[in-house]
Amino acid sequence: MGPGHKARDSKSKQMVAQLLNGLQYGLLLFLVASGLTLVFGVMGIINLAHGSLFMIGAYAAFLLTKMTGTLWLALPAGLLGGLALGAALEWSLFRHFAKREHLDQVMLTFALILLAEELRALVAGNDFHSVPVPALLDFPVPVTSGFAYSAYRFAVIGLCLLLALAMFLWIERTRMGAKIRAAAENPEVVDILGLDARRIHLVVFAVGTALAVVAGILAAPLTSVYPGMGDGLLIISFVVVVIGGLGSIAGAFWSALLIGLVDTLGKAYGPAFQGTGPLGTLVAAGSGSSVYILMIIVLLWRPTGLFGQRT
Amino acid sequence: MIGRVRLLPQTGAGWALVWLGFAALAALPFFATPFYVGLITTAMTAAMLALSLQLLVGGVGLVSLGHGAFYGLAAYIVYFLSPEGAAKPIWLTLPAAMCGSALAALVIGAISLRTKGFFFLMVTLAFGQLVYSVFHDTKLGGGTDGAYLAKPLLSAFGFTLETTSLPRSKRAWPVYYVALVQLVLMFGLLTWILRSMLGRVLEGVRVNDGRMRALGFNTFAYKLAAFTIAGALAGAAGHMWAMQSGFVNPELVGWHRSAEALLHILLGGIGTLAGPIVGAFAFIFLNDVAQQVTERKLLVEGAVILAAVLLMRNGITGLRWLPNLPSAKEGTAPDHDLAPPQKEAHVDD
Repeated sequence: MGPGHKARDSKSKQMVAQLLNGLQYGLLLFLVASGLTLVFGVMGIINLAHGSLFMIGAYAAFLLTKMTGTLWLALPAGLLGGLALGAALEWSLFRHFAKREHLDQVMLTFALILLAEELRALVAGNDFHSVPVPALLDFPVPVTSGFAYSAYRFAVIGLCLLLALAMFLWIERTRMGAKIRAAAENPEVVDILGLDARRIHLVVFAVGTALAVVAGILAAPLTSVYPGMGDGLLIISFVVVVIGGLGSIAGAFWSALLIGLVDTLGKAYGPAFQGTGPLGTLVAAGSGSSVYILMIIVLLWRPTGLFGQRT
Repeated sequence: MIGRVRLLPQTGAGWALVWLGFAALAALPFFATPFYVGLITTAMTAAMLALSLQLLVGGVGLVSLGHGAFYGLAAYIVYFLSPEGAAKPIWLTLPAAMCGSALAALVIGAISLRTKGFFFLMVTLAFGQLVYSVFHDTKLGGGTDGAYLAKPLLSAFGFTLETTSLPRSKRAWPVYYVALVQLVLMFGLLTWILRSMLGRVLEGVRVNDGRMRALGFNTFAYKLAAFTIAGALAGAAGHMWAMQSGFVNPELVGWHRSAEALLHILLGGIGTLAGPIVGAFAFIFLNDVAQQVTERKLLVEGAVILAAVLLMRNGITGLRWLPNLPSAKEGTAPDHDLAPPQKEAHVDD
């Protein structure tokens, strides 16, 4: 075996690692974006504060881990707390904004972002904090000979897939899911059929909130927690929703995976094109913005997203 | 004779109030301390940005979250043209900044106006973030930290005004008056646009896009024209920022800037052209007062927005004790005999 073979070997290992990273990032994106798209589709509400829910989850993970020494408590607590928080927000604020203009919804949720950041500064300060990976999962899993991948990241992938499956079954196979689909497709039908739209909204918002909070908890050990961390994720989640199509869970799933992979691979390999001619320089410069370029292409092709209805 | 324009003052008294406001601004430096001259320059810059966005929000019913991109882009164009130590004259930097922003708005508008409603919001947000990521992630404009620039020179016909030649207490005056002149010109231009055919069609689009298309108007072209003009005017505001502060950073491009401009519109009143100016001034002063009391700036900002959204739905200019500036929703003006009931603009087609 020559040195060339070794270099190629390490390159392919790196490729596998990047693919897994992209998958894991995409799945976390799905947890956030699915709530966003459901709340849009069913309630007609644009929630800019959805990224703040992710941040709240991450900081909850940080604080709970600091207090109890383990992340395990944070997961069930986050799930229940997220449901409760979502229900409270829907009941106290969002319910009254479903029929209001976009501008009002944007401003309300922008205000919530600012208040959430202020709360975060009060409780946890303005520093970066790292959250330890749970000891039980803090080991590398050998994938091939000589290549191992973090067990925690595998666990995140598995848990996200599990949640996605649960979502799918819930939406497609249960009575509540059927009502939600009906509400997303045609809100008037819900009223005509005499279904309780308020209850549907409450459930959808609570579930969407809980998913974003759980995503934040899962992401905390991977990215560390820092001020404004929900902001970047919010924008990418919007891109996911735009590409996937409004109100479509399946669309959100596939488009989240696509975005996760494109973003991760673009950032990992794009800069390598630097210095390989003018085209290479262009690729390198665009690699950080690859998801936006992807969104532009999809929009030019299909303005309502890949899975969106053509209305 | 076609009816009055909804966004403009409906009576002579209303116009008198507007011009009185501008006259008060013109006289203000003679009475205020340099600190307040600077603060009001900042407020006028913010008002310019909000005013440019009002053409889209109030005029067409398009809520864009990417407007800050054109503002920030213009500031960066000033930085490219006039880097530290090589100041260029304003007659070069201002048109360049506005043209650059207009061009960007033309391209971004052409793509994002293919979508509507929520999609339009999200797409403009993503475009703004695309511009942000270019300045934030590359070394093009000093990266995350931003960069200093040379403030454009106030020169015309071979004569240059050196601010350092003025007494210390008056050094902020030239920039102040440059901002005021631009603000007044922008208000005049938008008044003219709203009264023109373009403004009439845009009002029609706001009320019912589908119906305007059925009447044979290419509404896409009209909307794109409005988007491009708004982008160019936001460019003037961004240029003004660079001129006052002499500094650029990626935060200028970020979507929080767009959201703040929307806040100024909402606070001042979405139903009037003067609203964004009033809103920007009110907010900047409130912020200044609040900062003397508390360090929690975001808390104040968040609380103000909540109050505006929950309690003051027609903004300051929509309050009842200002009878001459009509509000968006009450339909006080007698110009609705031809228009259908005021509904939201995103009627499906």
